[in-house]
Amino acid sequence: MPGVRLTRVAHFSSSLRYWNPELSDEENRALFGRRAETHGHNYRLEVTLQGEPDPVTGMVMDLKDLQEILDAEIMQRFDHRDLNADTPFFDKLPPTPENLLMAIHRQLTAVLPDGLLASIRLEEDAETFVEWIQDGTST
Amino acid sequence: MDPGRDFDVIALTRCYRFPAAHALRRPDRDEAWNHRVYGKCANRAGHGHDYGLEVSVAGPVHPRTGRIAPVERIDALVGERVLERFGYCLLNDDPAFAEVVPTAENIVRVIHDELAVPLQEASDARLVRVRLHETRRNSFVYGELR
Repeated sequence: MPGVRLTRVAHFSSSLRYWNPELSDEENRALFGRRAETHGHNYRLEVTLQGEPDPVTGMVMDLKDLQEILDAEIMQRFDHRDLNADTPFFDKLPPTPENLLMAIHRQLTAVLPDGLLASIRLEEDAETFVEWIQDGTST
Repeated sequence: MDPGRDFDVIALTRCYRFPAAHALRRPDRDEAWNHRVYGKCANRAGHGHDYGLEVSVAGPVHPRTGRIAPVERIDALVGERVLERFGYCLLNDDPAFAEVVPTAENIVRVIHDELAVPLQEASDARLVRVRLHETRRNSFVYGELR
């Protein structure tokens, strides 16, 4: 992929429990252990765009516009919210970092200009992160 | 349910630390050669680092668990195969470094090769990247994921 990559970082704090509503209480507790109890995280999100800088402005995308998208699609939906109760994404899925990443991916691709989103990294805590990477493999 | 196209990747990474000692020296070369090539890292008695290790697996997200692989199984494997083996030891004494110098480049490859098959067997996830932070200023990556 040609062009320049730019990354913007966002932080949000949410409560959640890993809970698959399709399963019984016992199955959820067996599957997720302590994570099936309500807890919270300070998530760190990196959104990376890749593209050719505009010849006039010199920008891949105006960071101000990107921040407005992050405010609307990420901060307002997730920050100081409960992922299970306050968002529509986890009615059928547990809010694991993988599923949260895919929800974020869907929200961002819906509003960003086509083909600009190159990767997303979501850190759940200091030991765990997930990534979506367009054309991720080098082989 | 995976976003994007087939060759997009979703990866799950767990991060670990292990303190270990090493000396960058070739026993088949003389002191002058070792010091010329490895500088202060050639100190005979060794030196050490708090290695930071990132292990990344990729694969489909299972609808039931919402996970690429069970984190507990990854942790158990990395604990047994890497942290217990290489933590709190002089890496030069490990058989993996009998023939090669324990540079971070070689350590990251040894760790990758140690984990690839057991991780695949313990989950359907594929080991796609190992990153080794040797100090706050050096890190080394091996694997197919950029």
